[in-house]
Amino acid sequence: MSCIATETLTDAYRECRRQLLDAGVLISMKVDGLYAFSGPFEEVIERFEQLVTRRARRHRAEVMRFPSIMCRDDYLRMTHIENFPDLLGSVHSFTGKERDHARLLGARSRGEDWTQELCPTQVMMTPAACYPLYPTATGTLEEEGRLVDLRSFVFRHEPSIDPARMMIFRQREFVRLGTAEQALEHRAFWLDEGEEVLNLVGLPVERVVANDPFFGRGGRLMADAQRDQVLKYELTIAVASGDKPTAIASCNYHQDHFGHTFDILTHDGRFAHSACIGYGLERIALALFMTHGFDTDHWPTSVKNALDL
Amino acid sequence: MTSSTLTGPVEMDAIKEIVLEQIGRTIDRDSLQEQSDLYSLGLTSLATVGLMLAIEERFDIEFPESMLGRATFRSISSIAECIGKLSN
Repeated sequence: MSCIATETLTDAYRECRRQLLDAGVLISMKVDGLYAFSGPFEEVIERFEQLVTRRARRHRAEVMRFPSIMCRDDYLRMTHIENFPDLLGSVHSFTGKERDHARLLGARSRGEDWTQELCPTQVMMTPAACYPLYPTATGTLEEEGRLVDLRSFVFRHEPSIDPARMMIFRQREFVRLGTAEQALEHRAFWLDEGEEVLNLVGLPVERVVANDPFFGRGGRLMADAQRDQVLKYELTIAVASGDKPTAIASCNYHQDHFGHTFDILTHDGRFAHSACIGYGLERIALALFMTHGFDTDHWPTSVKNALDL
Repeated sequence: MTSSTLTGPVEMDAIKEIVLEQIGRTIDRDSLQEQSDLYSLGLTSLATVGLMLAIEERFDIEFPESMLGRATFRSISSIAECIGKLSN
């Protein structure tokens, strides 16, 4: 991308953020990528989730809700730290005695690095809503596999002026564990369903083959492999910029990666495959506000009806 | 020009050693041919990154962005061909 294009994009992000903050949709928390949300913003997320839930009811997914932190040992069994070291969040705290505490306070008052006195806890920030599921799924699946409905705040350390790139945000996921065929069927179904539900609320998304933001030069190889095998699709739409649309949902096929790592087996003893759709709830709400305006009362009737607003 | 003319037998052996290390599972050394498809032999995406770094260190090269794709690391001969290009 040329410098001019980068500057144009930067301007678009700044302008979009300014509009959202001025309208009170987002509330600044002084750090790029970290915001509080207004009542209308929260209501839109709630209503969108209810729409998703209503449409998914017939599939009878198991509902599981995990917190935004997960077991460090489980995290380390995944390959997140290999692939996304720059995005991880490790939770540290103070476990010392009084003298250590005095040293910490002294360092802080001198403006020095007081964090040297902290130790890693047993937990990491959850990087994707489905990650905590897999360690709980060790064992043999029934023949029909499992369909799980998940939702949590997830953390990714990527501070940005793009208001749609938040460091902590909500993902609503539907995950399938089962055979390769079941996982691929799940992804195909939810790609269509995701597109349909987003169209219903006036978001004409585009379906694109995508890759995750793997770290470093080696990450280019990972990204190339992911695209080559068509493991990831995104549903994208212009939020801040038409030149660089934003992914507001993604559908991923993990092959047997998690089945292998956590000994999740199909009924006939093979490593289970998995696939998921993840709705990025904040991004969907932002897309709705940027597309239909900041006053939900003035949104198109069809959109208000779909969202029961 | 074949890959063997770009890179001599010693280099091919060195690449083979690194590949065997990075595949990380037992495969018959003799069955690993210059043209063998490394991905079908179990070279994972993550192991490809390790392979890239090990090759760069051993041959004191840096793969340019244009070579950072699956095609480069598909076989010993494709790796050798890229090393040859970078060494010339």
